Formats: sequence, C-alpha cells, structure tokens
Amino acid sequence: MTKKISRRRFVEGTSAGIVAVATVPAVKAQQKAAAAATLPGVPKTTIRINVNGVDRRVEVEDRWTLVELLRDHLDLTGTKIGCDRGECGACTVLVDGTPLYSCSQLAVWMNGRSIQTVEGLAKNGKLDPLQEAFIQHDAPQCGYCTSGQLMIAKALLVSYEKKNARPTRDEVRAAMTGNLCRCSNYNHYVEAVMAAGGENA
Amino acid sequence: MKAFSNVNPKDLKDAASQLQQASKKGQAATIVGGGSDVLGMVKERLVTPDVLVNLKSIRGLDKVTEQRGEIVIGGLITLDALSRDPVISKNYNVLAEAAGHVGTPQIRNAGTLAGNVCQRPWCWYFRNGFPCYKNGGKTCFSITGENEFHAIFGGGPSFIVHPSDTAPALVALDAKFRIVGSSGERTIAAADFFQLPTDNPARENVLASDEILAEIRLPAAKNNTRGTYTKIMDREAWTHAVISVAAVMEMDGQVCKSARVVLGGVAPIPWRVPKVEALLTGKRITPELAAQAGAAAIEGARPLGKNQYKVPLTQAVVKQTLMALGA
Repeated sequence: MTKKISRRRFVEGTSAGIVAVATVPAVKAQQKAAAAATLPGVPKTTIRINVNGVDRRVEVEDRWTLVELLRDHLDLTGTKIGCDRGECGACTVLVDGTPLYSCSQLAVWMNGRSIQTVEGLAKNGKLDPLQEAFIQHDAPQCGYCTSGQLMIAKALLVSYEKKNARPTRDEVRAAMTGNLCRCSNYNHYVEAVMAAGGENA
Repeated sequence: MKAFSNVNPKDLKDAASQLQQASKKGQAATIVGGGSDVLGMVKERLVTPDVLVNLKSIRGLDKVTEQRGEIVIGGLITLDALSRDPVISKNYNVLAEAAGHVGTPQIRNAGTLAGNVCQRPWCWYFRNGFPCYKNGGKTCFSITGENEFHAIFGGGPSFIVHPSDTAPALVALDAKFRIVGSSGERTIAAADFFQLPTDNPARENVLASDEILAEIRLPAAKNNTRGTYTKIMDREAWTHAVISVAAVMEMDGQVCKSARVVLGGVAPIPWRVPKVEALLTGKRITPELAAQAGAAAIEGARPLGKNQYKVPLTQAVVKQTLMALGA
C-alpha cells in the first residue's frame, strides 16, 4: 500500500491505529492512558463499555462526553467533533445500535452499553460494503462529516436488513437529516446509501 | 465542561431527594433526561451544576401503559419511541406527529418527552449568555433587537417563544402532568403547567427546584376524535417551529362537536385559541369556516419589529390545518 493517503485509507478511519485497536496489548495501554488522564479532585466513575466488540473497563471523569472519551482517551479519532452542540452530526456513533450524537452524551452514562464507531465498520481489513459504496459514489468531499454519515447510514441499513426491505430515496434522506455536510455533497451520500442498501437487500 | 458529579437515582423519590440534598449542601443540582439540551447549556455555562441527577437510571419510566382508561406515558420515553408507539399513533396522532417533528433522528433517539416539554427557550440572547430575564437579568434584548422568531402573543416582560413541539399537542389533548417532588407529588392540567413571563419571567413552567415532571396522562380516547400537528420551519429539519398548530377535534359525522386548537412558536407558552375553538363547535368544517377561524386566531396579536410576518402566517397555517382535519 502506498504511503500517500488514498481515499480508501481515509474512509477506513485514516490512521494506522485502527488495526492496533483490536489487539489486546493496545487496549491495555489505552486503559492505562485513560486512567492517567483524569484530573485529581474531579468526580470520576469507572465504567464498563464495549467499543467495537472489545470490552473495556475505564475510569472517566463524570463531565467527559462520549466523544471526548473516544477521541482523547481511547485514541479513536475517526469520530469527529464538529459543533459539539448536537447540531451537526459529525460525532454520530451507534449506542446499542441506535445512532446518537456522542457530543451530547456523557461517557459515564455509557456504563454497560455497546458502542460502535467508524473504526468498527471494516472487518478483518475489509471495508464494509457501505464504505465501498461511499468510495464508488464520491460521497466524501472534505471528509469531515463522513464518519458520522457512515454511522447514521449503517444504522438505517441494518434496520432495513432486519425487516428484509430496502429504504427508498426519501427514507434515506429523512434518516440522514441529522447529519450536515459543509461541502453539500448530500446527493452523492444518498446515492451511495441507495447503492449499498440494494447490495445488502 | 465544568466539573460535576453524575448521580444515578433508583427512583423518582430518590431523584427528588438528591435534588433537595444538593441544595442543602449549597450545591447546584440539575436534572437531566436525554441530555441534548442540558449538556449544551452546561457547555455554554448557562447552567453550572455541581451535581447532575441522571433520570435515565430510573427504570420503567419510558413506557406507554393504560391505567383505568387513561393512557400513562413515562416522562423518559424517547421522542422516537413516542412517535412510533402504536397506541399513540392510532388514538393520539397529534402527539405522535409532534414528537416525530422534533429536531433530527439522533435528537429524537436521545430526547425525552419530559425533556422536550421542559427544555429552555432557544432565544439567541438567552443562549448566548446575555443578562436577560432568563439569565437572571431585568431586560429582554429582543424587544429592540433581533426579534424575528419571538412572540406575537403573550409577550412581556420576556418575549421568548416556547420551543416545544410536544407541549402544544399535550395541551390540545387536555393531558395531565404528574409532578414528583421531595415532599410529595401533584397532578396538574398541561395548560396549568406553563407560565407566562408576567407570572415569572425567569422560568417557563411551575416546576419547583426539587420537582420532576414524571408522567403525562392522556384522557381515554373518544371515538371520532381526530388530531393533527402542523409545523412550519425556516428549513426542513433540525429547528424549532416558527409557527405550529396542534388541533384536536371530536366529530359527530361531518360536524365538529368540540375542538382544542393550540399554537406553538408564537407565545411564551403553548397558546390556546378559545375563540377559534368556539367558532368551530357545532359546525361543519368548510373552507369559509376555516378562513374565519384563521382570522380569529390572530386577534390580539402584538408583533415586534421583525416578526410581523408571523401574523398572516399564523392565520394561513390555522386555516390550512383545520381544512386538513375537517376534510
């Protein structure tokens, strides 16, 4: 693979860290780092969460948002912070399969929950068909909103797979209204999700 | 964010007593449901809690159940679950439609019914920390300022509009609110829950600092009752109503037996329009009657400098909503 950042590698989650995340030593190192990063004198809680299939026990400051935990303490920087006010969708992750703004949830509320981030989409080095469709349809432009768009689309497609149905174009649009794209590449996102929805059905 | 501790109460009583205990210790406590509104305000330092009382830890407060003919909705139900609930969609669709129009899918997945009803106003002066009535000051900056989204009814001394979509629907349905506090509980009509700024310019409802909106009760559904919610926004999603209309009508064949019509986005509380309701009662809903109702809806409107457009828009949206409902 070339050193140059390709569109494919970008959609995978951009960093080499993505592969290390799934390995046990890396997880341990991250747990230590998370514990060390809390400030003294600030209320803290130890929570158990599952992130992208890996169980973790981590001490969090009560005031940390979920996206702060993911990005700043678990090195999962694929999830982006756009507005940090629940108004843009860049931070969308799946909590027990439900898409939520991770900037508007506290990490401490995630005790016992399973979280899927963009880093959890590719399996065994193979992109999810949705990610492939994003590449084929030139869905990302600047890329900042892309991980959020992937996660909301993933939730939509999974819910339709369960019903053994395919979403219509209008249903895709409605499902993705909570994710802004500053490049305004909405039509390509919709086409990519339509294509991936067809493949999955 | 400012440091605070998160507490997970076992039940409503425990939650109310956590609020009371915190205040005895001189700590600021804030209740939080879905978190979308509260966390934003903590980030902006509009609220500076020492303790967050996390109501999501209370089990069973997110269900729709039937109790002696009434429908009881737990305050912690998410707006998404409420909008898809089969009983609500079938018999109280004004509420299902209102819940389905809030914000975005992600906000509806997190946001709760009680939180939607109790959310603070979205006036840009308040949200940006201006020392207005809502932030403890003695001024409403919108009066001479940027007031295109502010109140045309019931304003003064504060001119905020109540931002909730579900609140007008609940007033139209004649819902009752069960409120639990540290020293007991009370149940009041939805219409009595909301407070005009003349009563208290700093707050939008009658909740005391140790009280929690726990449950919403809807009267038994009557046959031949129909309702609908119309929401006008300045874009297709992600925003509050510029104007909304929640209307519920009990029909006798083609004739309206009784009606409740409540406006959102135009006043500091869900704004009931009794003149419109009286006009509809006992009549067939014709285009002429709907037009008269639209005209009656805007009687007494007092627009500010930049929100005059809301007056004819309200007239038109009331007419349109009643036509759709009477058809």
